[in-house]
Amino acid sequence: MSPGEFFLQQFINGLAIGSIYALIALGYTMVYGIIQLINFAHGEIFMAGAYLGLAAILLIGSIGPIGAAAGAAPALSLVLTILTAAAGCALLGLAVERVAYRPLRQAPKLSVLITAIGVSFFLQNAVMLSFGAQDRYVPPLLPVLHARIGSVTVTLMQGIVLAVSLMLMMGLQGIVYGTALGRAMRATAQDPLAARLMGIPVNRIIAVTFAMGSALAGVGGVLFGLTYSTINFHDGYLTGLKAFTAAVLGGIGNIPGAMLGGLLLGFLEGFAAAYLSTQWKNVVAFTVLVLVLILRPRGLLGERVAERA
Amino acid sequence: MGSDPTGILLSVEDLHVRYGAVEVLKGVNLQVRQGECVALIGANGAGKSTTLMAISGLVPPVKGRIRFSGEAIDRLPAEAVVRRGVTQVPEGRRIFPRMTVMENLLLGAGQRPDRRRIAQELSEVFDLFPILRDRQRQLAGTLSGGEQQMLALARGLMARPRLLLLDEPSLGLAPKLVAQLFEVIRRIHAEGMTILLVEQNAYQALRVAETAFVLETGRVVLHGPAAALRENPAVKQAYLGG
Ligand SMILES: Nc1ncnc2c1ncn2[C@@H]1O[C@H](COP(=O)(O)OP(=O)(O)OP(=O)(O)O)[C@@H](O)[C@H]1O
Ligand SMILES: [Mg+2]
Repeated sequence: MSPGEFFLQQFINGLAIGSIYALIALGYTMVYGIIQLINFAHGEIFMAGAYLGLAAILLIGSIGPIGAAAGAAPALSLVLTILTAAAGCALLGLAVERVAYRPLRQAPKLSVLITAIGVSFFLQNAVMLSFGAQDRYVPPLLPVLHARIGSVTVTLMQGIVLAVSLMLMMGLQGIVYGTALGRAMRATAQDPLAARLMGIPVNRIIAVTFAMGSALAGVGGVLFGLTYSTINFHDGYLTGLKAFTAAVLGGIGNIPGAMLGGLLLGFLEGFAAAYLSTQWKNVVAFTVLVLVLILRPRGLLGERVAERA
Repeated sequence: MGSDPTGILLSVEDLHVRYGAVEVLKGVNLQVRQGECVALIGANGAGKSTTLMAISGLVPPVKGRIRFSGEAIDRLPAEAVVRRGVTQVPEGRRIFPRMTVMENLLLGAGQRPDRRRIAQELSEVFDLFPILRDRQRQLAGTLSGGEQQMLALARGLMARPRLLLLDEPSLGLAPKLVAQLFEVIRRIHAEGMTILLVEQNAYQALRVAETAFVLETGRVVLHGPAAALRENPAVKQAYLGG
């Protein structure tokens, strides 16, 4: 493998994992954008999505006729799995917002933070009790295929991750910037009081934002499980933290920023792992984060404060 | 709904509002008749904005009634008040700065968009504020202060309200713009809009309005025809510069 091909290979690997970070980062950034809340339980929603995906895969396999149909058409079972995780996580996000965060809308930030940590523990334990504490194997839904360009390989799974993430991000962008719902979301983010004066049902818009961000994290969970083949109830912690980092890197509150931050983090990790060592990848990734924030405290695409006035 | 036989569109009865332990409104009474322009004047901190916020359903009254078109609206959420036809143009404009002029206007049009109606509203609003037609695609935050106030007013009109609440629309505008703004308000009113106008600029407010209420530390201390209040020595002294 030539140095150029090696680089390209790392680029593709980084792109795939970075897309997953980006999907999760979107949830952090959307919720922060609309109510300035850092939803530290979001990583657990992602993790729950991975398990919901696992449950869906096992269920599809166990129901004879559906299993047979799905076996014949792996794309169908992939779609079903993704939809299950997205819908389940959307509901989970709605429940968390309604039960844990909405009652604290006016409370000090610290109470909200403690609540978020509580929700994280709750979700981790709920998943551990239902699925066990040991790693769970995620059976592959798709045939293990890959394409080769020279000595660079792109696995089918990487292709799927890229395609699904790209579709979702474009869809989100379309909703946020091209529909009345998106307009109401942005209005609520910019000035909730003025939004209410325009007749926007602000609480419902906030709930929808949680649901959308959680659904994206759920899809990220499925893609993560299928990429790595094993999942654990602790997975939400580190991956959630990285996705949060990605959101901050891109400029928290900024949707394209979360996408950019996720991809960048994926590249950084990939290159650090390839050119230094896998042990160093997190160190490098977080060092770059700190440097970016020293130079650009609002993140790469973060808005200047003046524009908020 | 139907219209009240007495012609009263909005009535605020014994309205009490508190922020924490502080009672800010201590029994406000005021009425706005269908088709009328009513001025609400008073010093800083008298409770004018709070009165409008209570009408709009953004601060809950601890006591009292607010009726619109004969029906109590004081327990309704803000979006329901807007849906019934009460739109507020808040103090300090509060346009959405990182959205275009057009997006701001569409937000004003409300949550159940009806394309034909919106197109009609847009053309009426653009006739009233030609500058906004040219600036449709510009980010609202980059408009000048005067243009932003025009946008705030236009956005409020997009909802085609039955009652327009204006909170200090002339605040921070140069004298020439103030005159222009009141010209627009006069025109909207002449076309039949019912308006409750909160103003520090009592001189201008008492010239557009037919009726006026004077608020002092949470109570209405004086009310009557605007023309009469203009000549009232106490009002002259306190609000018209002697
Ligand atoms: N959110 C709030 N929390 C606590 N006190 C408030 C709040 N909003 C207003 N107040 C207080 O209530 C009183 C009335 O305020 P309000 O804004 O209604 O006055 P105003 O007549 O509109 O004054 P201005 O002419 O300065 O706009 C003031 O003493 C103000 O400090
Ligand atoms: Mg005020």
